[in-house]
Amino acid sequence: MSTAEALTTRWRSVPAAPVVAIGLVFVLIAAALLKSGSGTITGQAVLTGLVNGGVYSLLAMGLTLIFGVLDIVNFAHGAFLAVALFVTYQFVSTTGANPYVALPIAIAALFALGALAQWALLNHTMGRPLESQLLLTLGLSLLVSNLLLLAFGGDPLSVAVAGDHGVNVLGAVANQTRLVAFGGALVLAAGLYLLLGRTRLGRAIRAVAASRQGAGLVGIDVRKIYVLTFGLGTACAGAAGMLIAPFTTITPTAGDQFNILAFVVVVMGGLGNVAGALISGIIVGLVEQLGGVLLTGQSPLFGVFLVFILILVARPQGLFGARS
Amino acid sequence: MTAVVAPDAGAHEGTVTRRHRSARGTLGVLAAVTAVAATMPFVLPESQQAVAIRVLIFALLATGWNLMSGYGGMFSFGNAAYFGVGAYADVVLLVGHGVSPWIGMVVGAALAALLAVGTGYVAFRYKVKGAYFALATFAIAEMLRLLATDTTWVNGTIGYHVPLLAEESWWMFQFEANAPEYFWIGLALVVVAFLAVLFYLRSKAGRYTVAIRDDEDAAAALGIAVMRYKLTTMALAAAITSVAGAFYAQYYLFVDPDIVLGQTQSIQAIVPAVVGGVGTLWGPVIGAVIVGPLSTVTASLLRTPPDALSFLAGRSGLDVVLYAVLVIVIVLVLPKGLYGTIRQFVLDRWRSR
Amino acid sequence: MSVLRVEGLSKSFRGIAALSDVDVEVAEGTVLGIIGPNGAGKTTFFNVVAGAFKPDAGTVTLDGTDITGLPAHKVARAGMTRTFQLMRPFATLSVLENVAIAASVGGGSQRAARRRAEEVVASVGMDEWADTVAGTLHTAALKRLELARALATRPRVLLLDEVLAGLVPTERQPVLDLLAGLRDEQGLTLVFVEHIMAAVMRLSDSVVVFDRGRVIARGAPADVVEDPAVVEAYLGTGVGSGD
Repeated sequence: MSTAEALTTRWRSVPAAPVVAIGLVFVLIAAALLKSGSGTITGQAVLTGLVNGGVYSLLAMGLTLIFGVLDIVNFAHGAFLAVALFVTYQFVSTTGANPYVALPIAIAALFALGALAQWALLNHTMGRPLESQLLLTLGLSLLVSNLLLLAFGGDPLSVAVAGDHGVNVLGAVANQTRLVAFGGALVLAAGLYLLLGRTRLGRAIRAVAASRQGAGLVGIDVRKIYVLTFGLGTACAGAAGMLIAPFTTITPTAGDQFNILAFVVVVMGGLGNVAGALISGIIVGLVEQLGGVLLTGQSPLFGVFLVFILILVARPQGLFGARS
Repeated sequence: MTAVVAPDAGAHEGTVTRRHRSARGTLGVLAAVTAVAATMPFVLPESQQAVAIRVLIFALLATGWNLMSGYGGMFSFGNAAYFGVGAYADVVLLVGHGVSPWIGMVVGAALAALLAVGTGYVAFRYKVKGAYFALATFAIAEMLRLLATDTTWVNGTIGYHVPLLAEESWWMFQFEANAPEYFWIGLALVVVAFLAVLFYLRSKAGRYTVAIRDDEDAAAALGIAVMRYKLTTMALAAAITSVAGAFYAQYYLFVDPDIVLGQTQSIQAIVPAVVGGVGTLWGPVIGAVIVGPLSTVTASLLRTPPDALSFLAGRSGLDVVLYAVLVIVIVLVLPKGLYGTIRQFVLDRWRSR
Repeated sequence: MSVLRVEGLSKSFRGIAALSDVDVEVAEGTVLGIIGPNGAGKTTFFNVVAGAFKPDAGTVTLDGTDITGLPAHKVARAGMTRTFQLMRPFATLSVLENVAIAASVGGGSQRAARRRAEEVVASVGMDEWADTVAGTLHTAALKRLELARALATRPRVLLLDEVLAGLVPTERQPVLDLLAGLRDEQGLTLVFVEHIMAAVMRLSDSVVVFDRGRVIARGAPADVVEDPAVVEAYLGTGVGSGD
């Protein structure tokens, strides 16, 4: 099944086999309970997992949108996230304002950056072999994160939100900023979903995803849609970057790990499946945290990669797609 | 067949003999290049020896990647896995058990090949291809990095220091810092890797590999065991990459998970090949010669920057910025890479003569 | 004696039957034409017989050996090679290299493979293009390359998927002569899927007609076209419109 179909035919019908995924999460919760013998530890893992997962969802929706419409596996997505972190940092350190004021700025700046990348670089390789785009986004990723390194240096920076404190949620604790990030990510994700589903631009984007030639025939400027889509996808990284800035160590390579996670989410949701990415982001967040409880002594990411490889092998179309 | 137009009429006669001559030509050029390169330790100031070594490591890395991804069409974004296996096999055996690095190198190559065959088999069995394959190789390298980080048996995040010996030893692969032996050994390894790729490509297996890259189904339809040759290619590429890792460990005398299994190694395997020319014999080597010195050049530039760049004083990252730009420009403008483009140009001129 | 025997072959995709209970036999040294409207299952038949897909049921026997469900490369090694409807050259290699690769499958030195490739390339009238990179060839030449490559594997049975498609009428005759020569002079068994009726009528010793995954008629070419079921299946699709 092509990604174009993934965007169109599966647009409104989200779950085909999410039972498996949700079952997996419950199994993990049960296993974590058994392993730790503590409801508090497990509850905390679930809360943290959910909250992180919201951000993964937002980030991955952008990545999967780009893949679904442009067929580009964008290795630079994490670097763009790092740009948003620095945009937020720069804004806060210059103006001293509340970081959340930077949200529209980060979104706009990253939209522009993504659109520029597509317009100036990637539009010239459309239709070339996959390797060209992989290499180009790889080059872009190196370029962006090392420009950040040149400009800001490698020392960790941070953005503080005044009055941030832990909030008790059903016995588990999460920082206010994390809860805001979770809520904000879900709201923006829902917004993107509506934009794609309900607006004229969204229709045009889906038309291009379904058939480039067909879209061109009915008068859609395909290259313009590419540029806007890449901008939109990158804007997701912009939003995610700003939202996580208050509780993230800001370095030029801070986006790398998110990039990896976003790929896992995207593949799990089915490359190009925006709704799948939304749900998978949460699942990956949970798997990461619960895996951390289960595989003590191992990095929580290990479990995520394990799931990733299993999905690549067993269900390359993702958890939410039909087998082709 | 009147309707067919041969697009490059004039290049017809005598293919067989021309091929043989070109192979002999390649060997001749290799011998000449090696002879010139071997004098580098006498020509270069001692401070530049490290640059020369880096060029050699890049050349090995890129030669391995190019075989697998350029000739084999299996785009890997995780060659750090093989590099790391090579480096770790070396230090674990040497530091833990006093085994000669030469044996460690062979063991590492075997393990890396095994890893490649195992992961490749699963990937191809389940038809993990293209971008998915790239992501899978990436995930495997990252998993190995995480495993090494969290495994006390291989010293976790601390990694390994290769203990210094009282005196130089060929058997234990240790010489004075910046001794020419390091360069010569590295050069010899690059030559061996180059020859391995050259002869592999001229063997039946190598020809099948290229055919499979061009069209897997058509190759299978002619009776070629696609899986076997893909795995063979991956194994050889992994072995070459692992040798780079072992050499790295012996030269820098330090190995830790982030350094030898990190993304950087995967990227450094790709960049020189792309710059020089993917799917060409000389491309990775030429790319390494171009990309290798960049970091030194930029480092000295940034230490004492010209006035125009004074705001960059003391910063790092310029080298990667430059090679990132190089990669982007080459992909956009010269998709065959520098060597590939020049070769094409010369061939076209020669043919149209 | 039939060299290729297919019995009860069935294959479905996502619950939709592409082939149901198909029986086909081909006698050694003869040409079998397979015809049928678009979507009748002809190419699926090739794909299953040649090992690209595993069948859901049924057997494929080549020269007395059961080759059912073997992967494509083993089918080829067992002596049955197929060509593709859309030409699939090794685009970066020369014509001669394409054929030499095929010739080297199954053993022998590379030198021998090269010699054989030169023979085969000459035998299909392509020696002039031997050193041309396959990716730059035109359709007619690619068709010949496809054939040359298949022949170089020394098959006993050759499965040809629309070798004439994309050729202008003047290009077809030499290909047909070539195929007839393979049967008459080398005793090769050919199974070919073809839309162009005139070619099927001329070359085939027998014909099988597919429609919606089933065999609806079989027999001598002249008899088959008269068959009411065949006419029915082709109504609206234009028999012989290929010319």
